[in-house]
Amino acid sequence: MNAFAREPARADVIIVGGGFMGAATAFFLRTHGLSVILLERDLIGQAASGTNFGNVRRQGRYLPQLPLANRSRDIWGRLPELIGEDAEFLPGGHIRVTTRAEDGARLEQYARDCKPWGLDLTMMTGDQARAMFPMVGPDIHTVSYSPHDGHANPRLAAPAFGRAARRAGAQVVEQTEVTSIMKDSVDFIIETKDGGRYHAPLLQISSGAWGRSMAASFGEDVPMAPQGPQMGVTEPLPYRIQPVIGSASSVTEEGVYLRQVKRGNIVFGGGRRSSADLVTKRARLDPMNTLRQMPHLARLVPAMARLRVIRTWSGVEGYVQDSLPIMGPSDRVSGLFYAFGFCGHGFQLGPGVGATMAELIATGQTDIPLEPFHVGRFQRNMEHRDAP
Amino acid sequence: MTALFRRVDETGRRPVRLVVDGHEIGALEGDTVLTALLTNGPRLRQNEFDGKPRAGFCLMGACQDCWVWTEGGEEIRACSTEVRDGMRIMTREVPWLNR
Amino acid sequence: MAEPVIVVGAGPAGTRAAQRLLQAGLRPVVIDENERQGGQIYRRQPENFIRPAEKLYGTEAARARALHADFESLRPHIDYRPGTTVWGVADEGLLSVRGSAITVQPFSAIIIASGATDRIMPLPGWTTPGVYSLGASQIALKAQACAIGGTPVFMGTGPLLYLVAWQYLRAGVTPAAVLDTSSLATRLRGLRGMMSRARVVVNGVRYMADLMRAGVKLHAGITPQRIEGREDGVTGVLWQDSRGRLRRTACDAVGTGYGLRAETQLADLLKCDFMFDRRFTQWRPQVDLDGRTSRQDVYLAGDGVLLRGADAAEAAGRLAACALLQDRTLPVATDEIEGLRGVIATMDRFAGGLAGAFPWPAHLAAALPDETVVCRCENVTAGDIRHAATALDSPEINRAKALMRPGMGRCQGRMCGLAAAEILAAARGVPVEQVGRIRTAAPLKPLPLDCRITP
Repeated sequence: MNAFAREPARADVIIVGGGFMGAATAFFLRTHGLSVILLERDLIGQAASGTNFGNVRRQGRYLPQLPLANRSRDIWGRLPELIGEDAEFLPGGHIRVTTRAEDGARLEQYARDCKPWGLDLTMMTGDQARAMFPMVGPDIHTVSYSPHDGHANPRLAAPAFGRAARRAGAQVVEQTEVTSIMKDSVDFIIETKDGGRYHAPLLQISSGAWGRSMAASFGEDVPMAPQGPQMGVTEPLPYRIQPVIGSASSVTEEGVYLRQVKRGNIVFGGGRRSSADLVTKRARLDPMNTLRQMPHLARLVPAMARLRVIRTWSGVEGYVQDSLPIMGPSDRVSGLFYAFGFCGHGFQLGPGVGATMAELIATGQTDIPLEPFHVGRFQRNMEHRDAP
Repeated sequence: MTALFRRVDETGRRPVRLVVDGHEIGALEGDTVLTALLTNGPRLRQNEFDGKPRAGFCLMGACQDCWVWTEGGEEIRACSTEVRDGMRIMTREVPWLNR
Repeated sequence: MAEPVIVVGAGPAGTRAAQRLLQAGLRPVVIDENERQGGQIYRRQPENFIRPAEKLYGTEAARARALHADFESLRPHIDYRPGTTVWGVADEGLLSVRGSAITVQPFSAIIIASGATDRIMPLPGWTTPGVYSLGASQIALKAQACAIGGTPVFMGTGPLLYLVAWQYLRAGVTPAAVLDTSSLATRLRGLRGMMSRARVVVNGVRYMADLMRAGVKLHAGITPQRIEGREDGVTGVLWQDSRGRLRRTACDAVGTGYGLRAETQLADLLKCDFMFDRRFTQWRPQVDLDGRTSRQDVYLAGDGVLLRGADAAEAAGRLAACALLQDRTLPVATDEIEGLRGVIATMDRFAGGLAGAFPWPAHLAAALPDETVVCRCENVTAGDIRHAATALDSPEINRAKALMRPGMGRCQGRMCGLAAAEILAAARGVPVEQVGRIRTAAPLKPLPLDCRITP
C-alpha cells in the first residue's frame, strides 16, 4: 500500500483507465503543460488495448470519424520522435477484399465517398490485386487498397505511451482500482481500493468496456455491452505479406482479417465475437470460432492453409449499440470528459484520441468533429447508425 | 556431415531412403524422421530468428523444436512422425510464399 | 450420464484410471498423443524392434510388461484414440486432433493423466545441436535404439541423471561425465525421505557404483557455465567444480534436466484452480488426496499434477477413477481407497526426499549471463527478460511475455517458463510465486489451419 496515499494527490487532470486512450491522453496533456494523474486498475494497456488485432486502418470507417483517424495516422508515423519507439508500426498498406459482387459495389461506393474526407483509396480487380499482392487467393475479385494504412503491435503501443507519459512527468499509477468518483463544487474526488485519494478539477473516463458504469454514475448511461474478439496467431514464416488483408464480406463468419508481423507470425481475427465478463475481466476465446475462421483465412491467402496456429486469445472490448465510441465532454457535468467504448476499432485511433482529448481538455476546443460520438446522442434520440 | 545420433542396437530393420535438402540418405523402418535425419547429419531445422541450426530437444512432443517441412509443403513434427520411404525433407528453407 | 468419461494420457496413470473405470462398467474414451500406449517411462519401441523388456526397462521390466499387457486386454473394451492430441476445450466438448482431423468429444468427466517433461535450466549454448533433455536422451535409447552422441555429458540434477548415464553405459556408450548441481550434503539431507523406498535408493547407488567402476566421473555440487560447440554440434561443457575451479569436459552431446515439470496446461484450459507448490517449486492444479480438482468433473492423476514418479502414477490413476466412481455413488470399497492412499503416501515421502536431495537450482537462473537464450522458440534472452522486469516494469510473467515474448512461441513456455519466471523474480527481487505463471491458451500444441471437424 502506498504510504502517501492518505494524503490526497492533486493534479490538473485525472484520467481513470490506462488503456491506449488514457495513456495517450496523459502523454499529450503533458505536452500542453497540464499535470496529470493516470489511474489504472491493472497494468497499462492490458485489456482491449493489448489484445486487439493491431489494425492501423482508416478505410471502412464511419466517414465522419476520418478526420480523427487521419490525425491519428499522422501521429503513428511520428511515434519514434514523440515517444521514443515505433510500437512495430508497419505502414505496409491495407486491403479490403471481397468475394461477392454486392460487397464489391459497397467498396466502390465507399472509395468515392471517403475522398472528400481526405482518404484516397485505389480500387483493383482481383487480377490487379494478385499482380501486386501475389499471396491473395483466386476467389478474390474486388479489392480496395489503402496504401498508407498498416499495422502495429498492440501489446507494445499503449505501454509505450504510458512510459512516455511518465517520462514527461505524468503520475502513472498502476494496479490501483478506483472505487468511487465524486465531485464537490470544485474538484473531482477519486478514491481507490488501496486507500488512495486523488483530486483534480478535470476528469477523463477512459476505462473501455468498464466505462459504462462510471458514466452511469453521473447519470449518463449508454447502451453498451462487453464482447471479446477472437484472435489467433500462426507460427513464424518468412515475411512476405506486407499489407493487412481484411475481408469486407457482409456475412459475419466470412469477415476475417490477417497481418504478418516482421518476425513472421501471421496474426488473425474476425468472424463471430464471444461473450465477455466485466467482473472476472475475462473474455472467452471459443476455439470453435477459431475453427470457423480457418477456411475463410485460407480463402484470403491460400498458402496459410498449410500453417499452424500456435496461440489464440481474446480481450474485453466495449461495444456501443450504434458501433461508435463515446468521446468528448459530458452532457451533464462540467470538467468531465469521456473516451471509451471504441467497439473493437479503437487501436488505430489511440494516438489521435489522445491528442484530441488533450487538446479539448487543455484548450476547451478542437477542430476534430466529435459531435457524432457525444455521450448525449442516445438521450437526444438520434437515429442509430449501422456499423461501417 | 557429422551425424549427431549413433545407433546402438536394432540395426537389422528394413532400410528406407529419404531425400534431405536434395541429397539421398538411408534410414531404417521404424525410425522417426528425427532419428533418420540425425543419424545422417547434425540438423533438423533452423531457428526463425537467429537462423542457427536446431536438432530437436525433448523428443516427446513438448518443445516443438523439431518441426520440419517436406518439399510438398507438409509440416511434420520430426520426433513423433515415423519415416516413410521416399520422403523429401527440407531443413534449410520453408516452402512458403516467394519473395 | 450419457456422455463418456475421457481419460487424457495412456501412461501409467491413464492406463490404470481407464482400467478401473472399465471394472466399474464405464467405457472410457482414452486419448493419447503417443502412437503407442505406455507414456514416457514405459514408452514402447516400434513394432519392428526386437529388444526384450529387460533391455529397455531394466529393473522395471516386470512393471512395464504388466502395464502394457493390461492395456492390451482393455483395448477392445475402451474407445482408444492413439496419436491424438487434445488441444482445446469448448462448450461442445473436448477438442482433439489427429493429423488434420478434429474431433469434438462431449464428456461427463475428464481424468487428466498428462505426465511431465524435464524441468529445464537454460545455459549459454543449450540450443546447440546435440543438447537434449534427459528425457530425450532416454527416449532416443529406449524407443529408437540410438544414443545422442558417442561421449555424452549428463548434467543437471536428479536421479534420472544417473539412471540415464547408466543406461547409456549398458548400451555401450560411456558418458564423458555426470555433472550434478546438487551437493553431497543436500543429498544426505534428502536421504531420510528417500529411505521410504529403500529399493529405489539401492538401485541408484548401484547405478553410481557401476558408472564409477567404468571410469565415469561423477561430480557433485557443480555450477554449469556454458556448452561449447559449433553449428554441427557440441564440443564440450565448461563448468565449475564444488571448489569453484573452472573445468572443461570434452564431449559430443549433452543430456540435461533438473527434475520434472508437470504438464498442467489442460487443467488450466479447463479453469481448474492452481496453487504454488513449494516442495516442487512450481505452480500446479489444486487437488485433494484422491485427485479431485476445484472443478467437479475434472480429476488429475500422476506426474501431470504431483511429481511422484511412475509407481505413484499407477496408484494415483486408479485412485482418481475411484474418486470419480464414488462421486457418482458407485460402489468402491473403502479398503481400496485406503490402500491406494497408503501406497501414494509412501511415494510422496520419497518424492519429498528427492526434491530436497536434488533441489531446483533457482539461483542459476538469476546468474545467467544476459546473452543466454532462455526461450528457445522465440530466441528471447535472459537480458530481454531482465529488460522487461526493470526498464519495462513488468511485475509478472505474462506482462513480461507480452512485452518481450518469453513463452510466446510454439511450445507456450513449456521449456523456458519456469526459468523465465525465476529470472523475472530475481530481477524484481520478489519470491518466484509472486510473478505468477504463464497463462495457457488453446491450441495446447500447434494446430494445422487446414483441419476439419470429423464426426
